[in-house]
Amino acid sequence: MSETNPKFKVTIDGVEVEVDPGTTILNAARLIGGDVVPPAMCYYSSLKGSGGKCRTCLVEVSKGSEKDPRPMPKLVASCSTPIMDGMEVKNKSSEKVMDARAGVVEMLLINHPLDCPVCDQAGECHLQDLAYEHGKSNTRYEFERRTFDKVDIGEYIKLHMTRCILCYRCVYTANQLTEQREHGVLKRGDAAEIGTFIEKNLKNDFIGNVIDVCPVGALTDKTFRFRSRVWYTKPMDAHRDCKCCSGKAVVWMIGDEIARVTARKDQYGEVKEFICNECRFDKKDKSDWTIEGPRHIDKHSVISANHYEVEAPAHTPLLNKA
Amino acid sequence: MERKLLLEHIGVEGINTHDVYRKNGGYSAVEKALKTMSPDDVVEEVKKSGLRGRGGAGFPTGMKWSFIAKPEGVPRHFLCNADESEPGTFKDRYLMEKIPHLLIEGMILSSYALGCNQSYIYIRGEYMYVLQILEKAIAEAYANGWLGKNIKGSGFDLDLAVSTGAGAYICGEETALIESLEGKRGNPRIKPPFPAVKGLWDRPTVVNNVETIAAVVPIVNEGGDAYAQIGIGRSTGTKLISASGNVNKPGVYEITMGITVEEFIYSDKYLGGMKNGKKLKACVPGGSSVPILPHYLVCKTAAGEDRLMSYESLSDGGFATGSMLGSGGFIVYDEDQCIVRNTWNFSRFYHHESCGQCSPCREGTGWMEKVLHRLEYGHGKMEDIDLLWDIQRKIEGNTICPLGDAAAWPVAAAIRHFREEFEWHVKEPKLCMTKNYGLITEKTFETVKG
Repeated sequence: MSETNPKFKVTIDGVEVEVDPGTTILNAARLIGGDVVPPAMCYYSSLKGSGGKCRTCLVEVSKGSEKDPRPMPKLVASCSTPIMDGMEVKNKSSEKVMDARAGVVEMLLINHPLDCPVCDQAGECHLQDLAYEHGKSNTRYEFERRTFDKVDIGEYIKLHMTRCILCYRCVYTANQLTEQREHGVLKRGDAAEIGTFIEKNLKNDFIGNVIDVCPVGALTDKTFRFRSRVWYTKPMDAHRDCKCCSGKAVVWMIGDEIARVTARKDQYGEVKEFICNECRFDKKDKSDWTIEGPRHIDKHSVISANHYEVEAPAHTPLLNKA
Repeated sequence: MERKLLLEHIGVEGINTHDVYRKNGGYSAVEKALKTMSPDDVVEEVKKSGLRGRGGAGFPTGMKWSFIAKPEGVPRHFLCNADESEPGTFKDRYLMEKIPHLLIEGMILSSYALGCNQSYIYIRGEYMYVLQILEKAIAEAYANGWLGKNIKGSGFDLDLAVSTGAGAYICGEETALIESLEGKRGNPRIKPPFPAVKGLWDRPTVVNNVETIAAVVPIVNEGGDAYAQIGIGRSTGTKLISASGNVNKPGVYEITMGITVEEFIYSDKYLGGMKNGKKLKACVPGGSSVPILPHYLVCKTAAGEDRLMSYESLSDGGFATGSMLGSGGFIVYDEDQCIVRNTWNFSRFYHHESCGQCSPCREGTGWMEKVLHRLEYGHGKMEDIDLLWDIQRKIEGNTICPLGDAAAWPVAAAIRHFREEFEWHVKEPKLCMTKNYGLITEKTFETVKG
């Protein structure tokens, strides 16, 4: 069947695209790019099993498929719903979706501490972006917010559970990138928390990546904590020869010093290649790295506000690449 | 005609043992099926019977069975969902406790129909003593050749094991149950893939409720057509109802679908009327997650017809004026009960039982509980009622599994039908701590109609 009809046609917010069978609505939308892409707080394309949890990517399926044109009765999570041939999806054009998404953002924020002024993630926080776009300026929640004690989960990483939105990305990272399953979710409901069960337990070579996958400031880099706001640092693409990873990273400079090192992320904030702890935490000297040039940061991000880029490369949607 | 299919021999002394059960016609359905029927014949009989899932959703069982994928060389699994934890529902416990062999017989028949050689009963951790009863019964079934290799010379093998939960309501959701059975954290899976394609250990799996499985026994014994004769319309057969609340005779009853709600509540054969001669205020007909009905909609539908104990009649009028048969947890409230407190109590349960996986349910259930607590204890504001309505609206339908809906529906229905009582709690913060609001209005179905 795949030979006679290799592509499925799907229409998202009126834009038509042809994709391979089995693609999710979210990935189809990413092929189109721009405004039709639903936001995703928990889905991470390189992590198997991620997605479906945060419900920010809910979309309305107004036509199921060519064969069965009935609309789906409920909103569906676009990150985990595969497309069908002839499917019609409404994202921004559906009031129902925008209403539900505003609801999800409100739910995510009722127990989030909103300590952005002192949070290291501010400026590159997905929840901040999401709230800016879909949130309200006031809250209807009048109760005490849920708090947790800060937990020391390892040499390099600080867990600040109060800020966590339970996207499970770090759990999948720890399970899939490292060999041991040393990190999971404890308890249930709104008492659920990320934990290692045994303190100071995260110490394998790639565990630093949980900092990059965290959409909020729940997992932060101890070597960078409180050193600078991210928008005062200049991100530079850099690489080095590394035995255990690709060595391709972004170094965030303050003057001539490297303040921190992160993996390179794509336009949806997803890490392209995971880097090892050595590159991330130990190589903070400029001589360790070959600096390639300024990293392109999306122009709506606060980080690009200090105009470190000489000339921004043109934005290329994924669709044109293929 | 009144028929009991599941609880027919419930009064017989020692029916929980194999020998007595066998003497009263037990395991004859297994004999009949293994000797004279092919697995597809059993599926066909269940389809003909019109049996619908007794766990709450009411999905046709025969159709569910026909969805199971049958790839070559991949074992299939049949699971019994005995994780009965919905407030107000206790029918499965009664069945397993009193007549465990009926469930085992049903398990053998269903596993045979679906071609499964390893089946499991997943029972809630709180039913520890029921677990012991079941394990004893399973040992007896093995000893008498009903389980194990080559059952009664038919060439069909079946192993049956019981596994316990650890006290989580969410593990009654079928994919969470599968996760839990695999030894993982009981988080519901994202569907698709459905369990019929990828379930336990990624193998095709069917999960059914205890009562559904037990009902397969009379279906095989008497034939699907005969079973379909019992009941009314698409609600065929009999249903176990676990009744509780302010009635004279709470307990588990096997009813024929289609008797009127009025008869069920007021006749001496069933609940025997309201306790202490009080007036009926409200009724939750299908376990805590279904919408509550005010007194004027309990015995009559909005159209003025008699409301019957059936899937269709109880949901007549949609959620605006109807409810659901659900799992059969029939809770009756008299005029002294406080609806706000009851709603808060349900809400507290769902807050406690939310798995915390998806955001609307994790955060929303806790929020609703806090707002309801404030209303119940006289600190509420008028805006709180609209706020509750808005929160439940944003949970319903937006979650991975139906727990979000189950948390939202009772709150929505309470506000829909008892808004005046909520408002009274705001207006009379001191009085609401000492007194109950009583009956909302003296509305009858005639005034609703008009």
